[in-house]
Amino acid sequence: MKVEFSDALIVGGGLAGLRSAVEVAKSGQSVTLLSICPVKRSHSAAVQGGMQASLANGNKGEGDNEDLHFADTVKGSDWGCDQEVARMFAQTAPKAVRELASWGVPWTRITKGPRNVVINAQKVTIEEKEEAHGLINARDFGGTKKWRTCYIADATGHCMIFGVANEAIKHNVKIIDRMEALRIIHKDGICLGVIARSLIDGSLTAFVSKGTMIATGGYGRVYKQTTNAVICEGTGAAMALETGLCSLSNMEAVQFHPTPIVPSGILLTEGCRGDGGILRDVDGYRFMPDYEPEKKELASRDVVSRRMMEHIRKGKGVKSPYGEHLWLDISILGRAHVEKNLRDVQDICKTFNGIDPADEGPKGWAPVLPMQHYSMGGIRTKPNGETPKMKGLFAAGEAACWDMHGFNRLGGNSCAETVVAGMIVGDYFSEYCKNNTIVADMQVVQKFLNDEANYLKEIANREGKYNIFEIKNEMKDIMWEHVAIFRTGEGLEYAVKRLEELLIESKKVAIKDKELNCSNPELEEAYRVPRMLKVALCVARGALLRTESRGAHYREDYPKRDDLNWMKRTMTYWDEGSTLPRVEYEDLDIMKMEMPPAFRGYGAKGNIIENPLSEVRQKQVDEITEKLQAEGKSRAEIQDALMPYELQARFKAANQRIGVDYE
Amino acid sequence: MSRKLTIRVFKYNPHSKISKPHFATYTLDETSGMTIFIVLNQIREKFDASLSFDFVCRAGICGSCAMMINGKPKLGCKTLTKDYPDGVIELMPLPAFKHIKDLSVNTGEWMEGMCKRVESWIHTDKVTDISKIEERVEPAVAEETFELDRCIECGICIASCATKVMRPNFIGAAGLMRAARYEQDPHDNRTLDDFYELVGDDDGIFACMSLLACEDNCPKQLPLQTKIAYLRRKLATNKG
Repeated sequence: MKVEFSDALIVGGGLAGLRSAVEVAKSGQSVTLLSICPVKRSHSAAVQGGMQASLANGNKGEGDNEDLHFADTVKGSDWGCDQEVARMFAQTAPKAVRELASWGVPWTRITKGPRNVVINAQKVTIEEKEEAHGLINARDFGGTKKWRTCYIADATGHCMIFGVANEAIKHNVKIIDRMEALRIIHKDGICLGVIARSLIDGSLTAFVSKGTMIATGGYGRVYKQTTNAVICEGTGAAMALETGLCSLSNMEAVQFHPTPIVPSGILLTEGCRGDGGILRDVDGYRFMPDYEPEKKELASRDVVSRRMMEHIRKGKGVKSPYGEHLWLDISILGRAHVEKNLRDVQDICKTFNGIDPADEGPKGWAPVLPMQHYSMGGIRTKPNGETPKMKGLFAAGEAACWDMHGFNRLGGNSCAETVVAGMIVGDYFSEYCKNNTIVADMQVVQKFLNDEANYLKEIANREGKYNIFEIKNEMKDIMWEHVAIFRTGEGLEYAVKRLEELLIESKKVAIKDKELNCSNPELEEAYRVPRMLKVALCVARGALLRTESRGAHYREDYPKRDDLNWMKRTMTYWDEGSTLPRVEYEDLDIMKMEMPPAFRGYGAKGNIIENPLSEVRQKQVDEITEKLQAEGKSRAEIQDALMPYELQARFKAANQRIGVDYE
Repeated sequence: MSRKLTIRVFKYNPHSKISKPHFATYTLDETSGMTIFIVLNQIREKFDASLSFDFVCRAGICGSCAMMINGKPKLGCKTLTKDYPDGVIELMPLPAFKHIKDLSVNTGEWMEGMCKRVESWIHTDKVTDISKIEERVEPAVAEETFELDRCIECGICIASCATKVMRPNFIGAAGLMRAARYEQDPHDNRTLDDFYELVGDDDGIFACMSLLACEDNCPKQLPLQTKIAYLRRKLATNKG
């Protein structure tokens, strides 16, 4: 039996996992990190546009602070998020950016004096202050009050993950790549570690630790059309689901990004629109201002994606061999801007479509269509990142639902979340490992290891009539056809039924390549696809049962946001032997919210079934705020009176800003 | 429009006692915008489910899919079949790295070793208070650091390098570039002496013979030779 021990075990080597690993390593404990690929190749590296943090350095960020970032995040979530977690996040984000700067992440900096920008398709000159010179710059992104997205050209994620991975190497984190976790070892509701399989020689190892964290990212690859990397299959989350004790939460909340390029699905960053790029239709007409007069192209992603599809349905799409699409025009930003700040976008357009987006006029327009982009749902955790029913099992980043994004995430808030969760949850996780001992019940470990080896042997010997690739492709088609941007009860019912059948069929496949002791892509598909199907079923079933529209979850048969009946978080569980998830709900308490439900300020108006408590709570909030303001209380004191939340002191500390110091 | 492509793929499983290195040939219908990423996935799904290869982002960002394409090291995801007029494409694994299987090689292990050798992280005694306004950096200096930070560790410079063939421990353009990156970064307090200790030998900066293949093949078009020459001059003339 191959067993490796460490104080802490982290599964997943993207930004959330790596940043957590640094936190644990700094405490002097040993930490092992398993990754399916070399960590710097994780999907975090694909972040282009940037990360949100209210530094308020630039002219267009002036007056920004945690309160505004919090409010934007809650509105963006369509009141589906945990507001305490959104607060923890907004308070820590500026610290995360500043810490990364000290680790060498080369954030784009502000140059004092006049700066030419494009706002609402007009060239405008803004003035950057002397005292902001050399501080971290920020660009505009959708659904935000201020320019808040810190960036490094359009390679933000690349620079961030290199910075954090190098820091992890420096702190002697034991990184084992091409090592895929398959099963959580647990006993009596306590997590002991995982069984993992080497993707080099196929061998199984039991990794045993005091605490285990899952940070394996999202599940975009259950969809046919997605911007996600090929490794984003949700199998890490499925591993938690399969324990029967952990729930996947809000899985129906799936984000569709407005501007992946057609047909490859590679993302063109929201920074394109943030920097002033616009969307055009078949006639070259800029249509977004007609739908969203205030935010135009920069409403939240769920809204822009729906408006685009609405416009295509009106016959304004551009026909192509790959179906209809719309155009993204960044040529109006000028060649110099594109070649400096949107360089990877230009490279992608040139390589995959033969288009130079800096070319003026229609020949520089890039074909775009909304596609799956982000998983708001994930492994349900408490605000400290621990799963409620499995002691010692934590989750962070896109794999988790702690839940800061609710039903729609703002652009720039996910890569911010990865590092912020790495700090906050990473620290709680580290404390847990420090305060607990290894429950090394070797009989249990041996049993899990044997079971897994037998399971893999059983798969390799399958001689059924189905083909695993065909099952996988049908799942992707179903999800794209029936569980995507526009959803109906009928389509979802079909999806759930067919996905359930596919799950059963996925156990009756024929495996040609029976090699166990090496990389075996067919075998790997055969154990991953059933897990993907379980994840897909959680998404589809959650979507079917949620008879309202909230954020990215849009039901054509229930087009209103229903605050009266659906201020709830979906929790899906998988009971052993079952072919469908069990669904439960957890109430969101309006009376504890700092920001009770209201209109988001963008999207269709008059589309809410109101909950009377919203008004009651809003009145309370207004009264408390007014009273404390009259007493001369600070921003932080008022916030604390409205909705106290817990956060480590070093993260809760006030953030300094130019002009206002620590206010 | 459609033509037939002939794809020859190197196959070998070093973990098997019976496997022998050989080429397998597949015939595919070309589609518009077809990349090697699409080609290999089609082969796996339709003809040979056992074929091993590596992709992650499939967008030229992550550096997973470097391989030899008709004799040249390139990123598979960014290589279009239409650029091969005779429709015959031969794929082999990247040399210079440990072979895993078929087109898959172990770049991750080598790159982590490289990072440790050049101590690829900020060295400073300064303790940063993350609640405070960040240290200022001249915008042009930050841009220059970013230029040098764009390496994706794909391994193409290493696979292209003739010096690496003669000197197995050569740190390569990726390693020298990394040293140059930190040498340039104002957050890093290391002196030229410190960098001399790390790369000032004939497995480091003095091994490079300026054969230029690294720069010719770099998918990120990094200014490798200029930076290596610059660092070499700095280290050679450093009086300590």
